[in-house]
Amino acid sequence: MTTVQSPPPGAPSRRPGEIVIEALIVLAGASTVIIVALIFIFLLREGINTFLDIPLRQLFGQRWYPIEGYYGLLPLLVGTALVTVGAVIIAVPLGIVAAIYLGEIAPTWLREILKPLIEILAGIPSIVLGFLGWVALAPIIQNLGAPTGLTAFTGSLLLAYMSLPTIISISEDALYAVPKEYRDGSLAIGATQWQTIWRVVLPAARSGLVIAVMLGIGRVIGETMAVLLVTGNAANIPAFGPGMFFSPVRTMTATIAAEMGEVAQGSLHYNVLFGIGLILFLITFTVNWLAARLVGVNGARRSRGGLL
Amino acid sequence: MSRQQTQRLAVILITAVAVLVFIPVLLVIFYLIASGIGAINWEFLTAMPRNGMKEGGIMPAILGTLILTFGTAIVSMPVSILAAIYLAEYAKDNRLTRTIRMAIVNLAGIPSIVYGLFGLGAFVLAAGFGTSILAGALTLGIMTMPVVISTAEEAINAVPQQFRTVSQSLGATKWQTIRHQVLPHALPGILTGMILGLSRAAGETAPILFTVAAFYVPTLPSSVFDQTMALPYHLYVISTQVPGMPLSIQYGTALVLLMITLTLTLLATGVRTSVRRRRDW
Amino acid sequence: MEAKISIQNIYYTYADGNEALRNISFDVQANEVFVLFGPARSGKTTLLRLLNRLSDLTEDADFRGVITFNGSDIFGRAVDVYNLRRRISMVFAIPTPLPGSIRSNLTYGPQMAGIRDKHVLDQRVQHSLQQAALWDEVKDRLDSSAMALSGGQKQRLCLARSLAMEPEVILLDNPTSGLDPLSTSVVEETLRDLRERYTIIMVPHSVQQAARVADRAGFMLDGELIEVAQAEQMFLHPQNKRTEDYITGRFG
Repeated sequence: MTTVQSPPPGAPSRRPGEIVIEALIVLAGASTVIIVALIFIFLLREGINTFLDIPLRQLFGQRWYPIEGYYGLLPLLVGTALVTVGAVIIAVPLGIVAAIYLGEIAPTWLREILKPLIEILAGIPSIVLGFLGWVALAPIIQNLGAPTGLTAFTGSLLLAYMSLPTIISISEDALYAVPKEYRDGSLAIGATQWQTIWRVVLPAARSGLVIAVMLGIGRVIGETMAVLLVTGNAANIPAFGPGMFFSPVRTMTATIAAEMGEVAQGSLHYNVLFGIGLILFLITFTVNWLAARLVGVNGARRSRGGLL
Repeated sequence: MSRQQTQRLAVILITAVAVLVFIPVLLVIFYLIASGIGAINWEFLTAMPRNGMKEGGIMPAILGTLILTFGTAIVSMPVSILAAIYLAEYAKDNRLTRTIRMAIVNLAGIPSIVYGLFGLGAFVLAAGFGTSILAGALTLGIMTMPVVISTAEEAINAVPQQFRTVSQSLGATKWQTIRHQVLPHALPGILTGMILGLSRAAGETAPILFTVAAFYVPTLPSSVFDQTMALPYHLYVISTQVPGMPLSIQYGTALVLLMITLTLTLLATGVRTSVRRRRDW
Repeated sequence: MEAKISIQNIYYTYADGNEALRNISFDVQANEVFVLFGPARSGKTTLLRLLNRLSDLTEDADFRGVITFNGSDIFGRAVDVYNLRRRISMVFAIPTPLPGSIRSNLTYGPQMAGIRDKHVLDQRVQHSLQQAALWDEVKDRLDSSAMALSGGQKQRLCLARSLAMEPEVILLDNPTSGLDPLSTSVVEETLRDLRERYTIIMVPHSVQQAARVADRAGFMLDGELIEVAQAEQMFLHPQNKRTEDYITGRFG
């Protein structure tokens, strides 16, 4: 009985190098999980004292004044919330409508010009937009009658544009994923293009649009440099009402950026800044986790083409 | 209002909103060019700052940003590409794979300032690298991973399945197949993702605030354990921390930074389009 | 004589529950052209892919039974699957050159097997192209893109690519689908010449083609092997009613 011939000399079927590289590949894949875990561990290690040493009542108090030992996070949470809500109010309609324009209305040649423009917008560093907000936008807003140009609204406006690339591209994917038959079917029974978009396309793309908005929010909450420059950095809670958007505020991210350089390592203030980072981490983790749950982590994966 | 009128109105409104989205982008670019171009000359790009940074050039900041970008590539590229290969070619639909995907989604969502905190805690302090190029490049490199992994995975998935089947039918092992029939064709896409990731890294301020960036250093860095100036942080410093800074220098610095990141962005899209046109499968 | 390939009671079920093969057994002798024919989705391609274990690439399928090659189990523990695929080589239904030059297509298999010697590689290129009746058409442009060849040339290149590995068995999965009649007859002629040196198992494009090229044939229907016979017997006097219906065009 003969056996399957052995491979030619010099070519064992799996060289040792191959086993090494495949081990590295698995390790690299797993490294992403390890990194997330490490980030969490380091934030926890440096930030845990925030929650152990400061009574909760004080931690969620209204006064952020570290020099005198007041670590009330409420002004920072409110600041982040105001800026985020403002940005979402501006960015969501703009982003989704722009996606509709790109996907359903714009002629092809124009789309080819506009899509790179979105990538360019995404490529503008936040410090550059913040700088422009500081030197050019804030004076304009002040001239409109606000007591100062550095307000929550100024930050919202900048952040809205910074989150537009995220919202537009994911929304456009969602619209694009709606089968062409839906549109054809609607148009065939005499609906106008707008009726088709409103009654058929948007509802069908709903879950994708929700994800676009959520990831846009995630982007807004985490933004640092632009808000540091244009929101005025006043750690107080503005009086409730429409005017609050036009008051100076201070966000969680800006607080870390502005104060970390001046604190002593290991001091309570230092721990609290890490604690704020931990809160931010948990917020964005939750937002992304929810978004991924909605679509399924594998949902975004496109299947491989090919005939074999 | 008739259906036709509603339709016409809707199109007009949608178009108007699109204008509202896209015009400001152009406006920002042109405004920055118009305001900053006057400050840019040979000395501005190649000289050290003088007189409390109010005169002279911004060369150390430009150089620092280039060094950091290069360092980011070295940190991020190998591990990201290997991770993308894992996801595209090896991952089965199991718990580990789902956990990895979830981790990447989360890495992509973590605020850049939180990366800065992590870099401070892990690299500057725990690892003992101090405020250094090494700590900064590691921080930026990790931050860049999700972008590179996702685009690289997409590029690998775009290589037709039949190349893999044919290669293995010819007796090639799985790794030989990946090495010879998948990666060469995915390379342009991987490159695109890499450059996009680097353009983001080059413009980031928050992750380098506590890990590497220096307000002002009179000499250029001589090792990876040195601090360095960097353009984004420099722009922050001169626009907010130095009273009496001439506006032209501020605009000039912003423009140089924008040009670096936009060049990288356009390079990435350029690679993508040219390769899509050329390939014959 | 010992069978080149022996298939014994094999069952194959895909992960989605589709029972592609049910209780199939037959032998293929050395240096014969064995044709597997039958209607679409009767399991022919699944069977071919099992013979050089390309089926390994399909996840979570259930396989039972035994396949031997030169007398030893191809799923045996000691078997080097990569070497198996070099000995039992596959040509696909759609011409699938790898992107790159004509030469690089032909040297890829040998190079992956560890052959570096340029002289040996050059010889493989020339011999395989000559055997596939393509040498005269491409010898002056070996370094130009394989994608630029015509459909018929591409398919002969794929055949040459298999031959360049100097295999013992060639699996051909409908190699003339999509080819014009002229290219088809060139490929068929090539196959007739190849049987002296190789064992060939082929899924044909049509019953007519099966009758033209086969030494022996097996008729497959719905994952079962209905009948195996010498070509003459099979196509002139089939034993089974269903075989006869198919051959005479009453269904399928």
